[in-house]
Amino acid sequence: MKNLLEHTGIESGRLHFSWISSAESTKFVDVVKKITAEVKTLDPANKKYVKTEPKVA
Amino acid sequence: MTDYTDKIKEIAKRLLAEGKVDIVIGFRKGTLPMMNQPHVAASAESADELIWDSSCGLNLANYLTDKKGKIGIIAKGCDSRNIVTHVIENKIQRDQLYIIGVPCTGMIDHHKIKAMFDQEVRNVDESGDQITISGDGFSKTVSKQELLAENCAVCTHRNPVIYDELAGDLVTEQTNVDPYASVKTVEALSADEKWRYFEDLIAPCIRCYACRNACPLCYCPTCFVDESRPQWVGKSQDTVDIRTFHLLRAYHCAGRCTDCGACERACPMGIKIREFTKKLNKDCLELYGWEAGLSIDQRPPLDTYKNNDPQDFIK
Repeated sequence: MKNLLEHTGIESGRLHFSWISSAESTKFVDVVKKITAEVKTLDPANKKYVKTEPKVA
Repeated sequence: MTDYTDKIKEIAKRLLAEGKVDIVIGFRKGTLPMMNQPHVAASAESADELIWDSSCGLNLANYLTDKKGKIGIIAKGCDSRNIVTHVIENKIQRDQLYIIGVPCTGMIDHHKIKAMFDQEVRNVDESGDQITISGDGFSKTVSKQELLAENCAVCTHRNPVIYDELAGDLVTEQTNVDPYASVKTVEALSADEKWRYFEDLIAPCIRCYACRNACPLCYCPTCFVDESRPQWVGKSQDTVDIRTFHLLRAYHCAGRCTDCGACERACPMGIKIREFTKKLNKDCLELYGWEAGLSIDQRPPLDTYKNNDPQDFIK
């Protein structure tokens, strides 16, 4: 899944996979912190990935 | 490959006469050059319409989904691999089928041929490995090798992998080709360049879904693009919607695509849609050592679990 998305030009820091048990609250927090930190270093997503204004109505 | 025609007719008529099959699925001459139509023959007369040439590129496995009764089907290498995929996915039973194998030397690319001439191509004749293309006031003979569809040019499974009878002698498989050369070129680009590459690639897309309709893997009763509750993907021509459609379509083919090229052949805009699925095929081969549709006894990688499945991406 990750490979094709990155192949089509989505930056490697944007997509993360993690296995977290419902009991692992601290791991969840750590992972989310790491992901947000990493994603913040990238360009804002609305440049490419979000339909801000549809080109065709 | 035109010499297969007589043999195909003979086999089809024999099977129908003996009652071994109810129908034979093959091709007949289309109304336009290079556009042969899928044809279902149920009688000796209609079996007479069956033909075979280098424009039989569509994938006939597409017409097998959930069919009842005994079916004869003509299968080149890629069709036979999709028949295997259908059997694995329980869309047809092996004992319903009588597979007439056609060793294939590749199909010609109608997009490429039309682009070669300014005028309309009226006639395409084939003799051995020479193709003569003609129209109003022009005629040109080209070697078939130069006109091959891109997936056929790099095909390494030209002979059917499963068959009950052959319509010709097996051909030598190509070994000196790199099926994934185009993927490697894109892999070498930066993230931004990749994005632009695919942006340009799918820019002409008109969302006609011909690629989905031609694909033997796309047999869901309601496709995700047609669902409205929930609506999985926007239906507009916005680039984000177009890309979402192409990505999801490709993922649905992961580990199942045989690179038959039916999607590209059906595309009215000549988009190289295989660029998406090729990457998944390459990943499947590298990560799981899997090529789709080679054996009916083997389960595909995405519905089996192994201890050594790659999982480096899970942090």
